Formats: sequence, C-alpha cells, structure tokens
Amino acid sequence: MTNTQALIKDLVGKHGNSRNALMPVLQGVVQQERYLSEEAMLEVARELDISAAEVYGTASFYTFLDTVPRGKCIIRVCKTITCHMAGKDQVIQALEETLKVKVGETTVDRKFTLLTANCLGWCHKGPVMLVNDDVYPEITPHRAIEIVEEYAKKK
Amino acid sequence: MEKKQLKKVDIIFATDMCDPMDVLAKTLQRSPDEVILDVIDSGLKGRGGAGFPTGLKWKFTRNESGDTKYVICNADEGEPGTFKDREILDRVPEKVLVGMAICGYAIGAREGYIYLRGEYNFLLKGLQQKIDKFNAKARELGLDYTIYLKSGSGAYICGEESALFESMEGKRGEPRNKPPYPTRAGYNYKPTVINNVETLVYTTMICTLGPEQFKALGTKDSRGSKVFSVSGDTPIAGIYELELGMPLADFVEEFGDGDTKAVQVGGASGHCVPRKNFNNTVIGFEGIPTGGSMMVFNSSRSMYNVLHDYLEFFTEESCGQCTPCRVGCQQLLKGIEAVKRGERKPDYLDELKKLADTMKLAAKCGLGQSVANPFNSIVDNFREEIIY
Repeated sequence: MTNTQALIKDLVGKHGNSRNALMPVLQGVVQQERYLSEEAMLEVARELDISAAEVYGTASFYTFLDTVPRGKCIIRVCKTITCHMAGKDQVIQALEETLKVKVGETTVDRKFTLLTANCLGWCHKGPVMLVNDDVYPEITPHRAIEIVEEYAKKK
Repeated sequence: MEKKQLKKVDIIFATDMCDPMDVLAKTLQRSPDEVILDVIDSGLKGRGGAGFPTGLKWKFTRNESGDTKYVICNADEGEPGTFKDREILDRVPEKVLVGMAICGYAIGAREGYIYLRGEYNFLLKGLQQKIDKFNAKARELGLDYTIYLKSGSGAYICGEESALFESMEGKRGEPRNKPPYPTRAGYNYKPTVINNVETLVYTTMICTLGPEQFKALGTKDSRGSKVFSVSGDTPIAGIYELELGMPLADFVEEFGDGDTKAVQVGGASGHCVPRKNFNNTVIGFEGIPTGGSMMVFNSSRSMYNVLHDYLEFFTEESCGQCTPCRVGCQQLLKGIEAVKRGERKPDYLDELKKLADTMKLAAKCGLGQSVANPFNSIVDNFREEIIY
C-alpha cells in the first residue's frame, strides 16, 4: 500500500465512506500532501464508491483543493481592496524577489508556492497572508520575508 | 444641524452579562413555541446581509414534519470588508454554541453544524475543544443535541445557503433553485435553519435580556444593534457594535479621516455611497442593509481601481453555473477596461449598466444578482473616474 492509499484509508475510517465525507477526506489529503494527485483522487473515488469524475468535479471547484503539485508551504497573499490599499503589491513583489518565483509558481526546491487569494477576512489589519493554515496580519515587505525565512529554516 | 451621537452598544462581546450555559438551562425550562415567539417579537433579522426575520425562519422549520432537522451556523464569512464572524467565534464562541442549541431545541433538531471558511482554519483546533466541552455540558442538561464542525475550502459562493449545503454534501458549491427553501429542504434535503454567526449570538442575548430590551434599540424596520466591520481609510479600523438606523453622515463623522469621498456599505456586493448622499442615507433595512462591512475611501483613492477590484473578485468567485453571472461578470470587467483604454466610447458604460440590470433579474443566486449594486452605484456617482 502506498503512503497516499494508507492516508486515505485512515481518513475514510475517521469520516466514513458516505458522499458527505468527501470534503473532509479531500481536505485531509491536502493537509498532508498539499495537493490532490491523480492517484489520490482515484483512490478516494474507489473508497467512497463514486466516480472519479465526481471527485475531480468537487476538487476542481475549490481554491484550497489544488489538483496541481504545490510546495510544502503555500503562501496566499490577500489581494482584495483594503489589502490592496494597504500595500499588498509591495509585499507580493518582495516575496517574488526573495523566492525567485512569480505568483502561481512553486520554488525549485518545492518548499514554497506563492499565490494570491480573495478576501481573507482581516481588512482592518491588512496586508495579510496565510502560510498554510497560519495567518499573518499587518505585514510589511520586510516582515513577509522574515516569515518566509523562518519557514525555510523549519523544514 | 444638531449632531447626533452614534450609539455604541456592547451586547455581542460582553462577557459579564450572562453565563451562556445558564441561559441555555433557563431557556430549556420554557416551551419551544414560547422561545420562537420571543425571537419573532424581538424583530431580529438575519445579520449575514439578507435580513430574513430569524423567528419566522425558526417557526417555518419547526412546523415542518419529519424527524430529522438541522441547525447550521454559517461561518463562511467571505464578503470583502467583513471580519466580524471570525472575531465573534474567537472571543465568544460559547454564545454561538448556545444560540445553536436554543435553535435546535426550538425547532426540534438533534444536530447542529458550524461551516467555517477554510481561510479561518487556524480557529479549528480551539473551536473543536470548545464544541467538545459544550456537547458534554448539553448532555448533562438532558439535551439531545450535538454540534459538529465542518470546514470550507476557499469558495466565497459557499456562503450562499444552498451552495453551503451542497458543499457539506461533498459537491461543487453551486446554489440550488429556490423554492424549496432551506426551512423545507436544506442540508441533506431535510428542514434546516441556517443562521449567520452573529444572528445566533443575538438569539442567545434575546433569551438573556428578553425581547423588549433588544427591541428598544434601533428603528421600526431595523431592531437592535449590529456588529460592523470598519476598514479602509479610517484611523480606527476594527469591529464596532452600533445601534441600527444611523445616518451614514454620523458614521463618517466618527470613523472617517476627514477626507472621506465614499463609503462602500455591505461589502463588494453592497452599495457605494458618495459624499453628497451621506446625509440622506440610513444604515438599516429601511435604507441600505448590510452584513456589517463598511469600507471607507478617501479622495486619494481611484474608484476605477475599487470597481475593478470588485469585478475581478466576482469574476473569480462566480460558480459558473448560470450564464448571466459567469459571462456577465467577465464582460463588465472587460467593459470598464475597454472604456478606460479608450477602445470604447464613454456611453458604453450605459450598455454595461443594462447588462448589470439583466444580471440582477436573470442570475440564479445572490452573487450574480448583487453585482449591479456596486457596479451601478460606482458608475453613476464616479463616472468620470471610470472613463478618464
């Protein structure tokens, strides 16, 4: 059994194999592997006894259920209006220069993916970014780089 | 003109007003019908933005036959400019859980769900612990009711109630046709009450204070107070609970930076009010209703950028199911870009306004229907900024 198969078996054990369990199972896979591989989606379909097309249909709808490979740390910078006004462009530029990638791309070492996101719900403390599930409000370009460096050291 | 003071209220976040578990215990001594009558009597309307009377929603669901009913707390707060639900769930989660249990008791449901947006995943762990504790305590009170926590995955449209049900059922978050309404066929097509986080806290507080004290606040059409999320060009951005029915001018006086050009009331899907209308605009269901988002813009801001930002948002967040919304959002965005570049004449904006009006009539859900709000209000009031 591959790691992915074991993970999915475990998740289905926890959430059940009904259709209603599809989202928690997919979310659990993304939590571990950062994206849904073809193998993972086929395996989920088999476990829940639904067609793989249905799994892909659901997965492809949601921004956080990526179906293309992502880095270990996914950075999402809020781009909605108040964060825009508070300087998200400078933050993104600083991150692009530090990570040597453009928005939407993953670093060569597969550690970081840089993305933008719609309103993250911190409009009074913009600019804000998420690194995986962790939130960092009121960042400056300098602070954003510090945060990325901390994550780079961790892994 | 005499200046009226904005009335600040402290009901939602107050921790000294009640012990939520005591409120639940006391409420369980009363009959479900009495509880529903109190909520109806309070005049409470939904705080998520749409403003449906909460008590009626509960009554309709109670009146449905069937053994399985659900309570859902809509914590898929995604409207740009809104961040109150996160703050409420972070600071006073017990009040939310008690509101859900009171609702469950009133309508005869044994299960409640919180649907938390994926962007707030950092709240999951702490909230799950609070829920586990609460479930145990509810059982001690003899209440057969369990609350579960579900997580979203980054889709604004899932805040629309029927899209939220679809998402909980493991499907794409595409809104359903209505009717049937959730009170008849909601989650798993069973009778369901779906309320906003803030609404549920107010029901807890109505059970604490009684409907009279709640009703004493606000106006005839907008009873009570409301939590506002204030952001943009203001020196004091943050969360404020204010009495409903205030003139926008008073709000700007309190929160503006002295150079306020416009306020976007109700988030990206709300209305843009220019300075000249501050005096004759009321914040409430009789004027401009809002889920609480108040974005303040000063005269250094380009309203073209603001509108462009909103349209990009809607283009990305449209679920793509119905043509008016999917294509309409794209064309409005391309349209203002073409006018800006001079490829289209200024009167093309009037064509685009017609398209926005068509979306209002023909789109399937609130997302597509409300794009005309920001579009028309910004184009009408700041036409020259869009063109030049």
